[in-house]
Amino acid sequence: MTELNTPLGDEVLSLRAGDRVHLSGTIFTARDEAHLRMIKDGVPFDPKGAAVYHCGPVIKGSRIVAAGPTTSARLNNICGFLLNEGVRAFIGKGGMGENVLGALFGKGVYLAYTGGCAALAASRMKLKGVFFEDLGMAEAVWVIDMDRLPLTVGMDSRGGDIYSDVRRRAADRFKMINNE
Amino acid sequence: MLRERVAQAAEKAVREAEIHLPPDFLRALEKTISKETADVAKAEYENILENLRQADSLSVPICQDTGLHIFFVTLPPKIPLSADIYEGINDGLREATKDIPLRPNAVDPLTRRNSGDNTGEMTPAVHIRPGEKFTITAVPKGGGSENMSRLSMLLPSETEKIKSFVVETMLVAGGRPCPPVVLGVGIGSTFDGVAALAKEALLEPVDSMDEYEQELCDAVNSLGIGPMGLGGDFTCIAVKVKKGYCHTASLPVAVNVQCWVNRRATVEVDTEGLL
Repeated sequence: MTELNTPLGDEVLSLRAGDRVHLSGTIFTARDEAHLRMIKDGVPFDPKGAAVYHCGPVIKGSRIVAAGPTTSARLNNICGFLLNEGVRAFIGKGGMGENVLGALFGKGVYLAYTGGCAALAASRMKLKGVFFEDLGMAEAVWVIDMDRLPLTVGMDSRGGDIYSDVRRRAADRFKMINNE
Repeated sequence: MLRERVAQAAEKAVREAEIHLPPDFLRALEKTISKETADVAKAEYENILENLRQADSLSVPICQDTGLHIFFVTLPPKIPLSADIYEGINDGLREATKDIPLRPNAVDPLTRRNSGDNTGEMTPAVHIRPGEKFTITAVPKGGGSENMSRLSMLLPSETEKIKSFVVETMLVAGGRPCPPVVLGVGIGSTFDGVAALAKEALLEPVDSMDEYEQELCDAVNSLGIGPMGLGGDFTCIAVKVKKGYCHTASLPVAVNVQCWVNRRATVEVDTEGLL
């Protein structure tokens, strides 16, 4: 288990798909609306070495109640600029497209967090602030202090991608089932 | 009076469903975990089990997608079917949304305006059946897995294609619906009826399957998609099938995909003084 702390540096480039990591430090949530706003108005936080979490949390007052990952693939076509700005890691579920795998090359990683595990995530998070609060609870950019969230490297910075390997094997197996 | 009692029961059912998974599902999940051999998958299961412990000890929802809400009601003969029942359920859901709290997920389909309290035109869906006891079953349904659900109008000669359609649904879905999933499969009835059958199949206990359900489950698992699409022996914890007579010219099939957060809880309505 590799311990990672934000801001992230070149250490993420040596991670390989399938590695397990703990991530600690400041992270930022962003979903569809936040990405569109950032493309228009700029990134409201320092993107250098940042980790962006695809998550629409449930917040009550200053408490994070639930904060599991959302489907990252929805952001395939609108997240590339963040890597150019210095973002080193995306966190989410389900993996991302080939264009994102290409954009991660030599720059960053995609970290898989277990879908639905919102209570475990919340138990390891403290709320620090918020940007774009007018977008609503799920779509705002929440600033979170995180303590050792257990993650799996789903896509690495050298083209390694667990999801596409699994998809390829599944497609082969489906062909066999249809010919049985 | 009736409206308040229904509201209390609905709120309680939603709270229980959001925080604790049903015992039959937990038994099925444990069985799946004990048989998994892939390391990445085992790590995912560690997170899942730790998450269930945290939801329980913090009394918070298991998943931040607290779902769009469906209720199944059984109504005893002495309680008249009235607007109080529907209104009571809406009251209870609004209270649960504020108090637990739940993420407000209900939006207008075109303007995307959020009602803020999980209710809105035609939602929550409420299905009422006659029964001996007055019960409310809350079924919060997550968007990620609901989006991967599919319906097909097969030809009457294509019964062999049902299996292929079910497996293909998960092939297309991959890791997106948060596997390991439970699949509710509707076979027969009509275009609208088959979707309802698939949904109702998910109300059945998932810790046992008949031979046909097991065959479909094994076929889905042979894809190797694994928890969250990261690979593994199990993509599917259970398949539940519900059939309905159909037109002689039809063979509707629907697959309702349910993520591993297979939520449902039933609460009895306090009927003292009502009956």
